[in-house]
Amino acid sequence: MKSILPRLLASVLVFCTLTASAAPQILRKGNGPEVETLDPHKAEGVSAANVLRDLYEGLITERPDATLTAGAAESWTLSDDRLTYTFTLRRDAKWSNGDPVTAEDFVAGLRRSADPATGSNYSQILAPIANAEAVIEGKLPPDQLAVTAVDPHTLTIRLKGPTAYFLGLLVHSSTYPIHRASLAKFGTAFAQPGNLVTNGAYRLVQRVVQSHILLERNPYYWDNAHTSIDQVQYLNTEDLNSEFKRFRAGELDWTYEVPASQGAWIRANLPEMYKVHTYLGVYYYGFNVTRPPFKDNPKLRRALTLAIDRKIICEKVQGLGEQPADSWVPPGTIGHRTAKAQWSGWNREQSLAEARRLYKEAGYSEENPARVEILYNTHENHKKVATAIAAMWKQWLGVDAVLVNEEWKVYLQTRRLKARTEVFRAGWIGDYNDANSFLEILHSKHGLNDQGYSNPRYDELIEKAAVEGDPAVREQLQHDAEALLMEDLPVIPIYFYVTKRLVSPRVTGWEGNIMDHHHTRYMRLQ
Amino acid sequence: MLRLALLRFASAVPTLLLLLVLAFFMMRAAPGGPFDTERSLPPEILAKLEQAYHLDEPLWKQFARYIGGAVQGDLGPSFQYSDFTVNQLILQGLPVSLRVGLGAMVLALFVGCAAGIVAALRHNRFSDYAVMTLAMTGMSIPVFVIAPLLILLFAVTLGWLPAGGWQDGGLRDMALPVVALALPQIAILARLMRGSMIEVLNSNYIRTARAKGLATRTVILRHALRPALMPVLSYLGPASAGIITGSVVIEQIFGIPGIGRYFVQAALNRDYTLVMGVVVFYGTLIILFNFLVDMLYGVLDPRVRAE
Repeated sequence: MKSILPRLLASVLVFCTLTASAAPQILRKGNGPEVETLDPHKAEGVSAANVLRDLYEGLITERPDATLTAGAAESWTLSDDRLTYTFTLRRDAKWSNGDPVTAEDFVAGLRRSADPATGSNYSQILAPIANAEAVIEGKLPPDQLAVTAVDPHTLTIRLKGPTAYFLGLLVHSSTYPIHRASLAKFGTAFAQPGNLVTNGAYRLVQRVVQSHILLERNPYYWDNAHTSIDQVQYLNTEDLNSEFKRFRAGELDWTYEVPASQGAWIRANLPEMYKVHTYLGVYYYGFNVTRPPFKDNPKLRRALTLAIDRKIICEKVQGLGEQPADSWVPPGTIGHRTAKAQWSGWNREQSLAEARRLYKEAGYSEENPARVEILYNTHENHKKVATAIAAMWKQWLGVDAVLVNEEWKVYLQTRRLKARTEVFRAGWIGDYNDANSFLEILHSKHGLNDQGYSNPRYDELIEKAAVEGDPAVREQLQHDAEALLMEDLPVIPIYFYVTKRLVSPRVTGWEGNIMDHHHTRYMRLQ
Repeated sequence: MLRLALLRFASAVPTLLLLLVLAFFMMRAAPGGPFDTERSLPPEILAKLEQAYHLDEPLWKQFARYIGGAVQGDLGPSFQYSDFTVNQLILQGLPVSLRVGLGAMVLALFVGCAAGIVAALRHNRFSDYAVMTLAMTGMSIPVFVIAPLLILLFAVTLGWLPAGGWQDGGLRDMALPVVALALPQIAILARLMRGSMIEVLNSNYIRTARAKGLATRTVILRHALRPALMPVLSYLGPASAGIITGSVVIEQIFGIPGIGRYFVQAALNRDYTLVMGVVVFYGTLIILFNFLVDMLYGVLDPRVRAE
């Protein structure tokens, strides 16, 4: 009798431990706006990218700190002319239905991504691949893309020119492979639950539009043994205030963002859960340099730039940890030597004195003030910033600024037409961690250059840098391009973004990083 | 009765068609299109997309194509959620919206009518004033203020109910949104019910009933309630419209995956087909509801039938 009791206790204990470990671990992440599609080659938003990162794995993937590491490819080599990458795929890489992941799947994915018939928003990201531009423009068929499956486990990608940041592009969803059989079978419905076959650490279980996306671990994933969290729920949290309340009520472990209005309260009451990290993004104002008053008027542009007190905007208007911007490329960008503006480090009096001098030289005065229209897309935060900037221009220079807000789609169109805009607010988040992601959008031919900025010298610098093989030379070219930009000022950098979110202390295994990329497979729940 | 039904039905079809025409052309008149994004698309890709969605055809042709599809029950593919068709999206959101909407309607009817009757019976006494004060407050505070307050109290402070989301669609998920959606309707219904009840209670046949010595309970339930319900009934049409428009806000605040939520997002995204789908669906629903109320009116009031 005596000996039974301890045994009984022991078995109860074992049973409890077993049942405890059997309960699935579910991570609940606030994921902001609705995911528009789970088709990796059509997705463009941050929300979709977050989910796709768990569902798929590119040739290259990231560590918790967003540095690059082997993904579906276990190794790769670069030819001596820096033009051809040869990837060796993992033998144990499998799709979520057990099929092996082959080089052909990657070829099919990249071709589909570049094919104009797919309608990808991000196909331009593939431009460094030889023939990609012609394929995107429909001048060559997709099978002419310089991507070849040598055998089921070997893939080569030939580049147009040496591209230092190419491996970084391979974590982007537009380079993910595609499960050809299910695409052929289901057509446009291939990304629906029940149809979608993926090669990442998780697979799709449920998708309720406007509510949530539920993923469970993919038992066929090559590194499934090291994955800890069983299920991830990505909740649609469009309304930041609702998301914040749901976090406080314990319904979320991870928020997409925090409402700016609650910043002070959060800092005071939830400091240990509030996570701020620099982000690869810049908030800026663009000048329309194709028409007056900013056309051929660098003095006025410079005066307006100098009159803005970025510190006040970051600390008083934003107050969530944003960093004043005195360059164009965010700090922390890999392999970039920042070219700060000449006025960086000046004190306020110095800046204002110079601003007033330039304003006067540009032909304006108290009697003849500059009249400027600031365009922004309707949003509480953009309104606050615009109001502050208009007040600074008025107070220090006497500029009459009018605020105009438009709904997103209308604003985009107005901006693009360049017919009415004078100054418009904008923001840019880098697609990959390289200065090119920021510098190229001011190239005279780039689709995002709504400033209409065109400086042949600038274009030449970034074109050269894009195909320069020597890292030191490339760094110098990009540095010079940024310096030129800070001289010409077609844009006013205002602040560098930060990511800010609330994370429950029970979530571990993740690290804040400049890309704000977080793979659930590294995370753990306590 | 049949004549009435046919007459109402005949007027419903042109109403719906007019609604469609207005929604279709207004949507197209708005600047910006479904494929406008910050990163502008290469012209070749844009052309392919427009071709795939028939946006390259003249407007009248697109409209004809749309009506042709809609008549056969095909509302087209969604521009924004390209993995789904509009039919799939509406079918996915319908059970959720229906539960919340019907829940709010039933709650509003019961609580509103009960409060109105109590107020009428205690006319000019404390409970009357209390109910009417509450009703006035309920009518004047907008849903988007009430809803966060409810969340703050019941979810954040007390922790009794979820702050949002739709886990299993059970009572816990439904409680707060249903109450928030029903509150303004409760207030209006209570006022309506009180007014008509007071009027009926002052009429001669009620006096006769009382003079005959019938119990107050019988007088109220058998003689007063039915005629007093007439204005309430005619308000059901507008009430359903109110609940539908209210659900657009409520679904957003509580993060409920219903149809109302698609509407705002779809309009902002210029998701033409989804906006049209929701308009068709809600338009039909409201017209149908008004039609049913008219019919019910005929059942309850012989004078309407005679007309």
